[in-house]
Amino acid sequence: MSATNQAAAGQYDYEIIKKFSVMAIVWGVVGMFVGVYIASELAWPFLNFDSPYFSFGRFRPVHTGAVIFGFGGSALFATSYYVVQRTCQTRLFAPGLASFTFWGWQAVIVLAAVSYVMGYSQGREYAEMEWPIDLLILFVWVAYLVVYVGTLMQRKQAHIYVANWFYLSFILATALLHTFNNIAIPVNLFTLKSYSLFAGTQDAMTQWWYGHNAVGFFLTAAFLGMMYYFVPKHAGRPVYSYRLSIVHFWALSFMYMWVGTHHLHWTALPDWASTLGATFSIMLLLPSWGGMINGIMTLSGAWDKLRTDPIMRFMIVALSFYGMSTFEGPLMSLKDVNALSHYTDWTVGHVHSGALGWVAMISFGSLYHMMPRLWNTTMYSVKLINMHFWLATIGTLMYITAMWISGISQGLMWRAFDEFGNLQYSFVESVAAMHPFYAMRAIGGMFFLTGMLLMAYNMYQTIRQGVRAEVASARAAAATA
Amino acid sequence: MSFKHEKVETNAGILLVLTMLAISVGGLVEIAPLFFIKDTTENVEGVRPYTPLESRGRDLYIREGCYTCHSQMIRPFRDEQLRYGHYSLAAESKYDHPFQWGSKRTGPDLARVGGKYSNEWHVQHMIKPKSVVPESVMPNYPWMMTTKLDVSDIGDRMRALRITGVPYSANDEEYQRNVKQFGEPVAKTLHIPDAVKNLVAQAQEGNYDGDRTSVSELDAMIAYLQVLGTMVDFSKIKPEELVKFR
Repeated sequence: MSATNQAAAGQYDYEIIKKFSVMAIVWGVVGMFVGVYIASELAWPFLNFDSPYFSFGRFRPVHTGAVIFGFGGSALFATSYYVVQRTCQTRLFAPGLASFTFWGWQAVIVLAAVSYVMGYSQGREYAEMEWPIDLLILFVWVAYLVVYVGTLMQRKQAHIYVANWFYLSFILATALLHTFNNIAIPVNLFTLKSYSLFAGTQDAMTQWWYGHNAVGFFLTAAFLGMMYYFVPKHAGRPVYSYRLSIVHFWALSFMYMWVGTHHLHWTALPDWASTLGATFSIMLLLPSWGGMINGIMTLSGAWDKLRTDPIMRFMIVALSFYGMSTFEGPLMSLKDVNALSHYTDWTVGHVHSGALGWVAMISFGSLYHMMPRLWNTTMYSVKLINMHFWLATIGTLMYITAMWISGISQGLMWRAFDEFGNLQYSFVESVAAMHPFYAMRAIGGMFFLTGMLLMAYNMYQTIRQGVRAEVASARAAAATA
Repeated sequence: MSFKHEKVETNAGILLVLTMLAISVGGLVEIAPLFFIKDTTENVEGVRPYTPLESRGRDLYIREGCYTCHSQMIRPFRDEQLRYGHYSLAAESKYDHPFQWGSKRTGPDLARVGGKYSNEWHVQHMIKPKSVVPESVMPNYPWMMTTKLDVSDIGDRMRALRITGVPYSANDEEYQRNVKQFGEPVAKTLHIPDAVKNLVAQAQEGNYDGDRTSVSELDAMIAYLQVLGTMVDFSKIKPEELVKFR
């Protein structure tokens, strides 16, 4: 095994993947720590410390930016560069550009976080970065597209493997969404501040077209690419149904782009638009579950691995959460359900069952699969992976359960009437009632973060082990020569 | 059928083009019409662009990330009508670059918070929310009272907004147009050359933070909060007319 890995290390460009993998873990720790912190601010508001820099409003985009673009983004760069090389059996096209995507992307995450804390924000969720950072993202993204498509073009295999379709559609969609959602007029060339070109209803429509597809493509299609390579590879089984993956891909790519308007039910957005969004949301259940089934059934004949291999467990639990969230999503897009769930913690819980349960867990599984191969060694501790798995699973369950209870309670309290037809609760009574669940959510987050810290330690030791072995074998080679 | 999916799987160019097509349709169908269908945003009397002071307040609202906990979009439900007031109209955010409808109510909706509380209440509430709402989980914003509002680039800000389509006037011709559309008192506040003067005058007259000697960030913030949802006078609109406003 070690011989083939060494051959692979020579055959493929692994340095860039190593860098992105390490940064994925670093941003995971940072982003999840900030997440636990802002969750704690809601439970124990003194943590805002009367400081502009630590207040919830400025810190929240630091959390979303660091986990989505820092952790998720770096994991996607790492795995996509790994998958595209191995399935095309070729090295990366334009390694210089690939290196630019690394430094450029890391700069984006750092600049974004610093600018939020300093009070610069576009005020649109998940797209808070101001215009110079948006331009940098655009350059990085074009470079990424060139590297990716260039590598596909120089492939030594006739077929483009299915995982690459998903990565490609993620790259294209993100370029499209990012460009159109960030058209803004800067106040002047020497300040970060800008104003969105669109206003009101049109602005809301554009933003949620972006916002939901940040979920649909950045956090779903791309991670499905991950799933389509790493699940079969780790299980040692072919994908369950190739035909299903074709249907899955085209249906998902086409339908996701329609569903963003379900974030705007009952608002000033024309009714036809949000109804159309809900219709597609419900149809989207089919390709989503098709993909989940395709992933889980890939394990047929290798189910025993679930008992023995915590990495496999990460992947299958990730797929289960994917199935759960993609059922919950269409449910929440129904107007009557949305009337209750919108503006409440239920939405936050839904996002996290996708983000923690699906996105983070499939990334953990893939990174655990990939990293020993990159450093040509074995995992330092399988036991720690197992502990990480349980901490992550329990943490996610605590988080989403807390948010279900608080979200549905909020929705019900806000619309409750007493026997005289007056509102039964003042708003602040609903705030006070949420305290135990906000505390529970923060504790769930701490579980998840602790698991992440174990992963960081485990990876650090694994890399050290790999580097030491390499040095030792180089010495041995020198001695015999 | 002569077409085989294998063709797509073996040609990166075809895959790229078809994927691009597949992902473009949804956005085109849903977004493009909103810019052309006239009744997406009707004209409603009373809606006007923000004054310089209110606009700076709105900048601060965005800077502090208020939208992460407060919505500005009242839905047409009986409970929301009782709690917050009339449901929000599209026209009421027609000058909002960007929109701040929000997605989460950790705190209450603010679309019609204007006029609901006194300036003094807002001052206390911004400095220490728990002093007026003991159960509140909102952060304290004491520095807004002590930080002077930066007015140096108000002209640049208004000019940028003018490019996006907000009818601030840069010359006499545009000023006259505004007089016609909004009346003279409002048109004066929208004139970019007088922005600083108007801003200071409004802060002096409104005395939002209770300190007339200087214009603080809190002055701007409260000026913005006090105008939210107050532009349209719903008592002047007949119910049968309302049907056409979304």
